[in-house]
Amino acid sequence: METYSFLRQFADSWALLSLFLIFLGVVVWAFRPGSRGVHDEVANSIFRNDRKPAPADEPKSNVKEA
Amino acid sequence: MWDYLKLVVLGLIALAAAIASNYAWDLAYQVNAIIVMLAAGITFLVVLRGMDEVKTVNQNEYMDGVVRAGVIATAFWGVVGFLVGVVIASQLAWPWLNFEALQGIGNFGRLRPLHTSAVIFAFGGNALIMSSFYIVQRTSAVRLWGGNLGWFVFWGWQLVIVLAATGYILGGTQSKEYAEPVWYVDILITVVWVAFLAVFAGTLMKRKEPHIYVANWFLLAMIITIAMLHLVNNMAIPVSVFSSQSVQVTAGVQDAMIQWWYGHNAVGFFLTAGFLGMMYYFVPKQAERPVYSYKLSIIHFWALIFLYIWAGPHHLHYTALPDWASTLGMVFSIILWMPSWGGMINGLMTLSGAWDKLRTDPVIRMMVVSIGFYGMSTFEGPMMSIKAVNSLSHYTDWTIGHVHSGALGWNGMITFGALYFLVPRLWNRERLYSLTLVSWHFWLATIGIVLYASAMWVSGIMEGLMWREVDANGYLVNAFADTVAAKYPMYVVRMLGGLLFLAGSVIMCYNLWMTVRALPSRVTTHAAVPAE
Repeated sequence: METYSFLRQFADSWALLSLFLIFLGVVVWAFRPGSRGVHDEVANSIFRNDRKPAPADEPKSNVKEA
Repeated sequence: MWDYLKLVVLGLIALAAAIASNYAWDLAYQVNAIIVMLAAGITFLVVLRGMDEVKTVNQNEYMDGVVRAGVIATAFWGVVGFLVGVVIASQLAWPWLNFEALQGIGNFGRLRPLHTSAVIFAFGGNALIMSSFYIVQRTSAVRLWGGNLGWFVFWGWQLVIVLAATGYILGGTQSKEYAEPVWYVDILITVVWVAFLAVFAGTLMKRKEPHIYVANWFLLAMIITIAMLHLVNNMAIPVSVFSSQSVQVTAGVQDAMIQWWYGHNAVGFFLTAGFLGMMYYFVPKQAERPVYSYKLSIIHFWALIFLYIWAGPHHLHYTALPDWASTLGMVFSIILWMPSWGGMINGLMTLSGAWDKLRTDPVIRMMVVSIGFYGMSTFEGPMMSIKAVNSLSHYTDWTIGHVHSGALGWNGMITFGALYFLVPRLWNRERLYSLTLVSWHFWLATIGIVLYASAMWVSGIMEGLMWREVDANGYLVNAFADTVAAKYPMYVVRMLGGLLFLAGSVIMCYNLWMTVRALPSRVTTHAAVPAE
């Protein structure tokens, strides 16, 4: 089979299917149990460290309101 | 040591540019070479004068100087780009404005790419770079990575803009829409863009927040995808190292498909993904509420990334492109409705429970209208990608109207919102100089866009219908010149819409200027706290 036909068939079969499955995996991962807490935390992360970077010595997940 | 190396490199660049300008084959190349020589010379002097200074970097401060410069550049190039837009809109309405003395420099054909590149890459590009630098620092809680590399990105981008602009006017173009810059400017763009990626990714890697906030995903996707698109679409072999002209590696339908794969994803990743990154940061910040649904923002991101890249072929309906590719482009464009509207809903619903802010805060009003235009143009776009609709809309003013409702409404308004958000913070001011002036800007811009878009709808659909009108014997009824004559009133209205939009942006510049000049600095709160 010539390259063009092969790639074209591969693109609209296996490639399409695998990309679609990866996408579904992302959606499932986003809705996984326990994700709500993480997501709320991230969504609110923009409201801290507005004026100055976080101090160097503080642990990562424990950044207090500036 | 490092400074000496910089001096050597800059000296060599200046020398090479001087030699190149001497041997130049064409005027555009010669002028560009002189500009490069001057830029390298000035940078040489700046580095030389700073040699003895002791450079201290406070890692406990954000690097905001480069963001401030980006704010100024965004506002400046915005006004320039809108002004050129009004000029070329006038040239279309009144062709005598293509003055005889300016033929080959200031006629419509030369100024049109100047307008598109000024608004997309100068105004939009600076907006993206400066907001990326602002957002990535705040959401990573660290200073920008790479020291002065951020400044290199800023000044490198300005050099790209000046080289491209002077080149276009003098005829230096590779004639690819939205990718007009010639081969050596393309190389400079690549270098600057890789530095941009390094600064952005470097900052993300040393972040102190455990998670990467979703705005950064969009911005990073923008940077990486634009790099890929730029490299593939600009594969060309220069005619000579002393010429601005080059020959494309691909030809025919392959070249057309690569061009519109690039062209549509420039819209998709530069003007959509990048600006969505701005939306996901500035809208929640201005509304003082977290984004409506973080889950939806994740799905929005991945759906957009997976779908957008396939939508390009809808620019080539009814051409030599294979039918399956054109259908594929159409189908993916239509599926794009979903993530686009999901994102729009996410942005708008961020205001749920705070809708009263729309009444009191003209900045949030601006952002909401921009999200509204995002929704409107991402509805219109997929609709126009349907082959039957496209057979009417393609090559008409409808397309231009669509682009401008997206560019003026979505990109313009969200950028104005971001500028109003940033200036008081970056220059440490309590508030903006005048909210009344923001309201004036808001209404002038909104009315301007509405005039523009509706004029182009009428003009485009009329034009499309006139082109396909046949009489009882199957002969075309209208000559092309008939459609041109019929469009005159709409062209005048379009020019007026653009003029209102430009006026609004001038008011914004005055307001931002006065915010910095006329208002006192904010008193830092912790300075006066008594010891307990």
